[in-house]
Amino acid sequence: MNLNFLDFEQPIAELEAKIEELRYVGSDAEINISEEIARLQAKSRELTESIFSNLTPWQISQLARHPQRPYFLDYMDRIFTDFQELHGDRAFADDPAIVGGVARLDGQPVVVIGQQKGRDTQEKLRRNFGMPRPEGYRKAKRLMELAERFGLPLLTFIDTPGAYPGVGAEERGQSEAIARNLFVLSRLKTPVVCTVIGEGGSGGALAIGVGDRLLMLQYSTYSVISPEGCASILWKSADKAPEAAEAMGLTAERLKSLDLVDEVIPEPLGGAHRDVDTTAARIKSALLESLESLQAMGIDKLLDARYERLMRYGHFTE
Amino acid sequence: MNWFSKLLPSRIRTEASNKKSIPEGLWTKCAACNAVLYRAELERNLHVCPKCGHHMRMGARARLEAFLDPEPREEIGAEVAPRDVLKFKDLKKYKDRLAQAQKNTEEKDALVVMTGRVKGIPLVACAFEFRFMGGSMGAVVGERFVRGVDAALESGIPLVCFSASGGARMQEALFSLMQMAKTSAALARLSRRGIPYVSVLTDPTMGGVSASLAMLGDVNIAEPGALIGFAGPRVIEQTVRETLPEGFQRSEFLLEHGAIDMIVDRRDMRDRISSLLAMLTKQPSP
Repeated sequence: MNLNFLDFEQPIAELEAKIEELRYVGSDAEINISEEIARLQAKSRELTESIFSNLTPWQISQLARHPQRPYFLDYMDRIFTDFQELHGDRAFADDPAIVGGVARLDGQPVVVIGQQKGRDTQEKLRRNFGMPRPEGYRKAKRLMELAERFGLPLLTFIDTPGAYPGVGAEERGQSEAIARNLFVLSRLKTPVVCTVIGEGGSGGALAIGVGDRLLMLQYSTYSVISPEGCASILWKSADKAPEAAEAMGLTAERLKSLDLVDEVIPEPLGGAHRDVDTTAARIKSALLESLESLQAMGIDKLLDARYERLMRYGHFTE
Repeated sequence: MNWFSKLLPSRIRTEASNKKSIPEGLWTKCAACNAVLYRAELERNLHVCPKCGHHMRMGARARLEAFLDPEPREEIGAEVAPRDVLKFKDLKKYKDRLAQAQKNTEEKDALVVMTGRVKGIPLVACAFEFRFMGGSMGAVVGERFVRGVDAALESGIPLVCFSASGGARMQEALFSLMQMAKTSAALARLSRRGIPYVSVLTDPTMGGVSASLAMLGDVNIAEPGALIGFAGPRVIEQTVRETLPEGFQRSEFLLEHGAIDMIVDRRDMRDRISSLLAMLTKQPSP
């Protein structure tokens, strides 16, 4: 079993392995097997298309957390130039689970904030698996206010399993840190575009996710609780996560149909990790497009529209 | 039935269900000190144990009844009722859970909002009904809260909210998460107008409610011994794999760590809040 492929991708992994094997044979054998390789490649593509055209919400949840999924910093140099990271909440610490700073998007200065997971074990630990602590949210708040002060648009990138549930995080006011960001973002006097690039885990995601536009990568997810968490509470068993993922409707497509998300950014065949450059280019053009229309609005109109949008969330009868 | 009771003639046998000769609910036991309490007296004491001062949970209407002056009162947003757009179903249908909760609590959802007065000071007061699906916040709670904020904005009167909630309502999925943003945005508007908001955190105030409207008070007050936090103690224990310190996430712990302004006994709530609001709005002492 290839660990770089998920369960449901294993048939693709097998084909890819076969192609690799043939290539290896081909390089030292006299026989011409390029035709065979081309045939297998076409088959692999077809197989990927058919598997990916019919993914369940649970499979998409797994893709959103794929070990090879590009993280915030993988996109940084592909989307932005001149990135300068700014550190610390000025009160307690710097939280590496949230990265932020100033950068240029097509020449235009912007403030960027994103949750950052780690690739190898050491990095994962340092980044706390992308689970921010209060100081991370307070650093983010500082950068939001910096964006407002200098009139720079704010672009946030969401990718977290959730805010960190730890003793220190509670002691330092995790709840207040999240709540304060919602409060500040709701009336921040600059355009705010939020993009979910992987996992949108609950309040920990929302704390950098209130803005004028909400974009989602095709295979990212956004939910009030993880499928496992939901399953263990409502089904009394974490094994029911696939059912919970289905019931919560946490995929980009479903959330778009519920009018909770403005735009779904399509991913390359097989997911963002198969072609990071293309994914980054698509994110970039979506951001530029959003910013263009938001910047044309004028700040008062923008804030009114943001408020109206927040007030529209939720269905009820009366 | 064990062998001994089988030996007894049926006349002397007492079935467990027949044992309760006193009407149910006349007496109750304090969970903290085990004192047996007369329910009517406990209610007169606002569900605070007269022996040890333990603050028991209190329903939303009883809460507002005790907090507000008898007249005038007007409920806001009572017509707003839940709608299951996702057709959510876990082991039970959300629709059925709602119907059950509505039957048990005689409320349509988990938040009650009223305009009224406290010692003559006009205000808007909200209270969570914890017995309604754990006081969880869905679209109705969010909308009623915002209508409360709007009423406060319109009349320029303060807002007080008593929270008691397990957090966001999972059955409304991402819609419930967005209520955190919705309620916080409304509070930001209130704040900008310079209208005071007092948040009273009661047992328990957790998750999405704690991480939005409950922690955003100009003044945050907690009742004694209330469990208040973002993540539940069980989740934290599983994450850090150690036993949590005594009193972790209780009001006293939050006060010590600077998350709340004060701990107020429920029986003093009217006095303390009216005095505070009068000062914040530059009015004479109530």
